[in-house]
Amino acid sequence: MALGHDPGVGEEMAQARDELRSRPEIRDHVTGEVRQETMIINMGPQHPSTHGVLRLLLELDGETVIRCKPIVGYLHTGIEKNTEYRTWVQGVAYVTRADYLSPFFNELAYCLSVERLLGIEAPPRSQVLRVLLCELNRIASHLVWVATGGMELGAVSVMLYGFRERELILDIFEAVTGLRMNHSFIRPGGVIMDLPPDGARRIAKFLDTMPARIDDYERLLNDNPIWLERNVGVGILSAEDALAFGVTGPLLRAAGMPLDLRKDEPYSGYETYDFDVPVRTEADSYARYLVRIAEMRESLRIVEQALERLQEPGPVMVEDPKVGWPVKLSVGPDGIGNDEAYLHHIMEESMEALIHHFKMVTQGVRVPEGEVYTTVESPRGELGYYVVSANEYRPYRVKIRDPSFVNLQAVPTMVEGGLIADAIAVIASLDPVMGGVDR
Amino acid sequence: MKAAALADRIRGAFDDVLLARDEVTLLVGREELVDTLVRLRDQPDLSFGFLSSLTATDHPGKDPRFWVAYELRSIEHAHRMRVKVGLPGDDPRLPSITALFPTANWHEREVWDLFGLVFDGHPDLDRILLPDDWDGHPLRKDEELGGVGTQYHGAFIPPVDERTMP
Repeated sequence: MALGHDPGVGEEMAQARDELRSRPEIRDHVTGEVRQETMIINMGPQHPSTHGVLRLLLELDGETVIRCKPIVGYLHTGIEKNTEYRTWVQGVAYVTRADYLSPFFNELAYCLSVERLLGIEAPPRSQVLRVLLCELNRIASHLVWVATGGMELGAVSVMLYGFRERELILDIFEAVTGLRMNHSFIRPGGVIMDLPPDGARRIAKFLDTMPARIDDYERLLNDNPIWLERNVGVGILSAEDALAFGVTGPLLRAAGMPLDLRKDEPYSGYETYDFDVPVRTEADSYARYLVRIAEMRESLRIVEQALERLQEPGPVMVEDPKVGWPVKLSVGPDGIGNDEAYLHHIMEESMEALIHHFKMVTQGVRVPEGEVYTTVESPRGELGYYVVSANEYRPYRVKIRDPSFVNLQAVPTMVEGGLIADAIAVIASLDPVMGGVDR
Repeated sequence: MKAAALADRIRGAFDDVLLARDEVTLLVGREELVDTLVRLRDQPDLSFGFLSSLTATDHPGKDPRFWVAYELRSIEHAHRMRVKVGLPGDDPRLPSITALFPTANWHEREVWDLFGLVFDGHPDLDRILLPDDWDGHPLRKDEELGGVGTQYHGAFIPPVDERTMP
């Protein structure tokens, strides 16, 4: 079958059914009646509340989930394998598509890995730009989470507000990088271009608008009886369980562990920014909501500090012509493209510049042999890149440790024993992005 | 602990320790893997109690052909290290560590799926990313990539490794 997984489904479900039928009679502990057999249902892969193509195999006793098995892989696109046949720079365009709600984090983690293999460091201004874009991205990602999570629990107005504000951020991304998603903006050695002339003004305007909007969400949800009913005490995952399952990010911080790689293992100069790590101890869905809302405010603080630092001009790509991306780009009315002046230079003025351009674009950089594992704090937790080089012009192996993939393993623990309706709230509070899970 | 100090500390207890690019790598045989991970977890000054990631690389024609890399992290001390296990190409088996780190479950399934390495003792070693009826293990370097046939005058798009490569 073209879509796959299907042959296994029938077998798996039949096995589970047989197993149930062979069990001894179950009597209800209250009425003493023989209980009806349990039911096995598929939630997903096409289901409005599974955040894409996540499939849950649920065994139900009435409304209670007694067994849950998450099944993934429907969005597998072979990103890791593809990068092995592309240049180091082209790899950026692949990894940015993995977790499509946090493209800058994928780009950053990949580029930090390549830079460590090369033994170089990106110029300070480009690092500030990276931090700024990542934090805006974190807000955008959390907005999608509050929007879709709200929708799944019936708070449809939150959905509209979340996507409305996310659009403000995507507009900034479009003005800065030329694209709303999948930017390929961060490259090994820096970023491809500086902010456009009105970039700082746009971001400052967003910083003025956003705090009041976050207040609005909190006014709408914090004490909302339905929101509380659906989230408080639901999907509890203790810190011990979380760590055993490798769960990181807001889920772990909502369980009382103040773990944040920006503080614990700082990168890109995060140690020089002033921000707090929001922590709650309730370990339920509602605590995760509060943590993410607080994180948005902290991200705004970081963006504000980064914007101030951008007043200092400087290069945004390493000066070394053997490493740095030679192409000058500019954003035109139809998106990002080659800068006219640069085109004129390589086509009309300098043969050497043309040769250099050709060599760097088609062949790129040779990266010395070695292996690194580099992590960043993505909106969903520890995003790690294990990159191996065999002294070639392309990677030997790129492994993406995606936080959604790892966090999903904790779903059975959080769902089993609860109601099926709570399973929806649990998945929502987990915020998995299947593009990252399946890669 | 800083990487250099950590490397020195681990050199005191193990033989094959590498330090490169501020990362500590410990090479062990598959027989010692579980014991090593338990020791690294239980020593109070190391306490590598968190498994970040687990993956493999394939080097056909070399011995060992496969390397499995375990990325360990210590929450208490905020330091990291890597444990690597080499496996021969004709017998790619190693013990599962799911009993030690439950998070290894899906990682090991992924490595089985993409590299065809067998984790003995894994509770549910099924494919995870690819369809259940998939043939082969695509992240092996000798796996055929296959091209794509088209309807345009019988044209065939060659696999990526047969196109012009840098």
